[in-house]
Formats: sequence, C-alpha cells, structure tokens
Amino acid sequence: MSVEAPGDNLPPAPAITVTGLSKRFGDKLVVDGLDMAVPRGSIYGFLGPNGSGKTTTIRMMCGLLTPDAGSGQCLGFDIRTEALKIKEQVGYMTQKFSLYEDLSIRENLDFIARMYQVPGRRERVEAALADLGLSDRKNQLAGTLSGGWKQRMALAACLLHDPKLLLLDEPTAGVDPKARREFWDEIRRLSARGVTVLVSTHYMDEAAQCDFIAYIAYGKKLIDGPAAEIPAMIGLHTWRVDGPDLAKLEVELKDTNGVEQVARFGAVLHVSGTDGPVLEAIAKSHVARGTHHWQEKKAELEEAFIFLMAGAKDNFVAPEARKS
Amino acid sequence: MSGFSAGRFMAVLIKEFIQMRRDRVTFAMIIGVPIMQLILFGYAINSDPKNLPTLVEMADSGPVARAVISGMANSEYFDFIGVVTGIGEGEEALRSGRANFVVVIPPHFERDIIRRQSPSLLLVADASDPTAAAGAVGAMNAIVDVAMREVLIGPLAAAARAPPPFSVIVHRQFNPEGRTSTNIVPGLLAIILSMTMVMITAIAIVREAEKGTMETLIATPVRPIEVMMGKIIPYVLMGYLQTAVFLLAAQQMFAVPFEGSAFAFFVGFNLYLLVNLALGFLISTVARNQMQAMQISFFTLLPTILLSGFMFPFAGMPGWAQTIGTAIPATHFLRLVRKVMLKGAGMADVSGDMMAIAIIMIVIVTAALLRYRQTLD
Repeated sequence: MSVEAPGDNLPPAPAITVTGLSKRFGDKLVVDGLDMAVPRGSIYGFLGPNGSGKTTTIRMMCGLLTPDAGSGQCLGFDIRTEALKIKEQVGYMTQKFSLYEDLSIRENLDFIARMYQVPGRRERVEAALADLGLSDRKNQLAGTLSGGWKQRMALAACLLHDPKLLLLDEPTAGVDPKARREFWDEIRRLSARGVTVLVSTHYMDEAAQCDFIAYIAYGKKLIDGPAAEIPAMIGLHTWRVDGPDLAKLEVELKDTNGVEQVARFGAVLHVSGTDGPVLEAIAKSHVARGTHHWQEKKAELEEAFIFLMAGAKDNFVAPEARKS
Repeated sequence: MSGFSAGRFMAVLIKEFIQMRRDRVTFAMIIGVPIMQLILFGYAINSDPKNLPTLVEMADSGPVARAVISGMANSEYFDFIGVVTGIGEGEEALRSGRANFVVVIPPHFERDIIRRQSPSLLLVADASDPTAAAGAVGAMNAIVDVAMREVLIGPLAAAARAPPPFSVIVHRQFNPEGRTSTNIVPGLLAIILSMTMVMITAIAIVREAEKGTMETLIATPVRPIEVMMGKIIPYVLMGYLQTAVFLLAAQQMFAVPFEGSAFAFFVGFNLYLLVNLALGFLISTVARNQMQAMQISFFTLLPTILLSGFMFPFAGMPGWAQTIGTAIPATHFLRLVRKVMLKGAGMADVSGDMMAIAIIMIVIVTAALLRYRQTLD
C-alpha cells in the first residue's frame, strides 16, 4: 500500500476514524454519538435495519453532510473542514442510482472523469467501458439499463479516479443474485489491491464477506469488530433442532424462559440464548422427550444478526449488557 | 471560491447542453412560446374594439336622425344590426348580449332641434366591460356634432351647435394609430422571458435534487460556482435565442418599430435575463421537487403579468399595488423596452430602469447564495 506510515512496522492509520458523530434532522436524532474505525485495506460491513442512520453516517464521512457533533478523519483529512480533499480520493456510490439517465453510458463516465480531472481521460473511460463489457452499448442512454447494469456502471463511475476509499451505500439492493456475486468478486479484487471498502447492506450473506462489521440501530452502534468474532462477542449459544412438527415446537420454545431466539432455517430450528447452562438444561429436557434431535452448534453471523435485529426493536439493550 | 477549475466548469456546461438537446419538448417550448404568445397577444387583443353590435329605436325617422345614424355607422365603432320598438326590448338585447349599444332617437327629435329645445339622444351602452364601450362612447359626441353640421345647413345652420370657443388638439406620440399591438408586443418580451427563464432554470436545478443526481454531483470535488455557472450559461444562450426569435417575429408580423439604442436594449436585456435566472435559482433552493418549482414559478408570474403595467396601466393602480409592482423586475424592463423600441430612447433615458433591475438582482442573488448549500443538509 502506498500510503503506509513512514515508521517501519507501525500499523497504518485507519482509513476512517470518527468519534461521537451525531446528526439531527428536525426532532429526530438520526445518528447518535457514533464511534467507528475502518482499518486501511479492509472490507468493512456497515449493517443495520432501514432508517438506522447508515446513509447519514456515510454522507458525513465523505463531507456531504456536516455533523452536528463529533469529529473524525477520513484518509487523514478532517471530515468537517477538508471535505474537498476527501472527495478527491473517495469513490461514493449512492443507494439510489444517481447518474444521469438522460445521458448515455459513455457521456456519464466522461462527465465523472472530467469532474475528477482524471489524467488520460478518454483512454480511461474507454477502458472502463471495455471492462464493463459495455463498449458496444456505450451510446445507450443510462436510463434504459437494467438494475444490475446500472449498478455495475455506477461502480465503474466511482472507480474512474482510482479512489483510495470506496463508500458503497447498499450497492446491491434490487440486484439479482448472479450480479450480486459478481459485484462482490469485484469488491474483493479491489480490496486485494489495497482499496479500503466501507459497504452498507442488510443482506447477511454479504456481511459474511466482510473483514469487519459494525451493526447500528436507531443511530447507535450496537456492536463492532472482526466479522468472525461477532457471534462470540454477543455471547450467543445455539442449538440445532430437527424432527417432526417443528411449527408447534417453535411456538412452544418461543414461550420458554431462557430461549431468546428461535429461527427457522429450512427444515431445522436454530434455538439461541445468551445463557449457555439454562439453554443446555432446556435442550436436555427436550431430548428426554425423545421427539426431536438436538445438537449444540457454534453460533454463526446469521443468528447473531437475527438476534441483533430483534434486540433493536425493543429499544436499546446496551451492547455491553449483551456481552455477558 | 478557491480552486476554480475550467475543466469541471466545462464538464457541467457540456452536460447541460447534452441534456438540453435531449429534452426536445423544453427546446420546442423555448422557441414556440414566444411565437405563440406573439400571435395570441398581438392579433387577438384589441383594447379599442370596432364594429360593436348596435340596435336603434327610431321614434323619429327624419333626415337629421338618419344623418346621426349614418354618422355612427361611418365611425366603424357601431354596427347596426336592427331596430327595436320600446326601451324594454333594447334592454333585453343588452342583457342577452345580442347588442352592446342601443340608440334611442326620441319622438320629434328633428322638430325639437329646430325649435332649439335641446332634445336628448340616448345612447344605452353595455358598460359591464368598460374597455369595450369606452372607445365608442368617447367618439359619440364628435360623431353627432359632425352629423348635425352636415345636415343642418342653410337657414337651419344656426340650430346646429356652435363650435366651441377653442379646440383641443391631441397628438398621439409614439403610436399615432393607437394600435394595441404596438403597446403589447414590446411588453410581451418581458413576460415571455420571465415565464420561460425562471421556470426552466428552477426546474433544471431541482431536477438534479429530485433525481438524486445532485448527490453524485456534490460528492465530486466540484465547486458551487462551477455548478452555478455551468448551469446558468446554457440558459443565458437560450434567452438570447428566444429574444432573437421574438424580435424577428415582432418586426415581421406586427411591424413594431425599433427606434432607440440597440446597445441600451442589449445591456438592459442582459440584466433582465440574469435577474430571471437568479430568481429561478432562488426558487430551486426552496422547491423540493419539479412540480413545486413549476408552481412557485407560476406564482411569481401572476403579479408579473398583472402589476408590471403589461396588462393594465401602471399609473392607474393604487399605491400599494404600485409598490408591489416596483419590486417586480418586469415592471422596469417593460418600461425600458417600450422606451427603447417605441420612443427611441438611449442609454441615458433608461439608466434609472437599469438601476432598478440591478438592485432587484443584487437582492435575489444574495438570497440565492445564502440558501445554496454545498452539502445535502
């Protein structure tokens, strides 16, 4: 990576650090005292339900919105005072397609390249069109493209100026699974080249692709850390249950004290709780009935997020309280 | 603003031109509106109407009465469509709109004139539309006088009214034929420019916000001044094109003169164009979507048409309306255009109007810049 600190083995400064970031729209506190650090070169997943403040946070990080409180740096520039310098090195892909529908694909890319004053603009744009596989359709109006193509084109547009940091706001919303997979392949290639990627999503399979994850709800961060450690941080214990008449069992388990979550995955139930011994006792009592097969499993991200989302609904349980 | 980049400014400019070219409907409107308005206002509006349907009740059909009637017909104001018996029938015709005037020649009209008993000739006018009746009513006395003098000759000449001791000569300056189109057409330029320029600018900018492209735009390192200039200059050129079409059509169709200084016109026109674009920009900072932008633009258009002196004489408005009218840029541009085109005015004659437009522009531009944000807040 080119921007590493001159000091020999010091870890590079994070691409983004924010502390106490807050934003209010009218009476509504949309982002509330958010602390976050995005390590350089990582893929950082930003998760949370709709309206939890993900978009607002991303906009504050790249200088599109001014925070009401808090401070932060992005690529070494102050997010309050050096927005223009941040903009030059950041590629930002909006949630909604926001290139010009009445311009052709080539005209759109050319416009963006001019905006960033990309050297060798023509060649760069032609190369981007070739990479996209859109060279023969470059004069087609962007508005006539399908959702998947629009998304690929938007990604190509925000890569034209070789940004050091990519901010992707729900990039795969409304895109078919094949296009999503290809999109993530591209993200991993970029990450391998040293580009830092901050991506917001609410697809759990996408969360699993991230190196780090932060989960926010109601503008507050509930938890963050390396993706693999999230379930352990929550302290979730999970049992896998299969057997006949799962629907009835599901209802029964949901009313059982000590069971905090019952999630159905196809023909099995994942029964989770934060108190391991209590859950084990419940499991044993059910095993004694002999109707179902119970087996303890490692809690995965999937369970972790269902758990977080359920918790987010009944206001906040402080993340500390969860990490029992 | 530091770091102005000609490259980025050109990028915005090129983009606007491409979008303008793709938006055929708007382009057609820019060219079509001036021509259509010219035809409608220029040909259709006449504030001195002729050939108004008139009924006559003749209780005396002697030569004097007939001379009055033919004098009225010759004036072209009155078009006799029939005879009524009794005033009731005449009033019914006025109410139903069949006639605009009823002339009542009283019994023994001729005899009473000869006897010098000053009989009354009644002209009943439908004054529900004062403008329609005014010209004809104003001409009536002169018509009767002329008719009297033609028919009462010889020994009867003394019965005709004596000529007044002095005569008033009215000299219609700048528009000797009193043609309505000569007055309306130059003023129309002010209205057309404010109609199209304000709305198109407001919509073009709000469209970026509404479609979400504004977010892409301000996520790039572009500076506000580059966006503002890149967006406004294409519309300045539009305004030039529109005005060229308008002036050509005005001259070809209505032979409206252009007596004054072309330079004064050019300076005033550019000022007025900028004021309208700035107003459009200001509206775009208030409106949330294209629909609202259009509505607010229309809202500003109404006082422009009614209080600027375009439709109704400015001097005839009450003080408060004149105060509002003075704050409207079209009021001053209208005066400037009429002075230059019809009265042969030069720079010195219109500097006051230019000053007024410039002051309004400073206020609007300040308000627009205060409201414009570089962020999405």
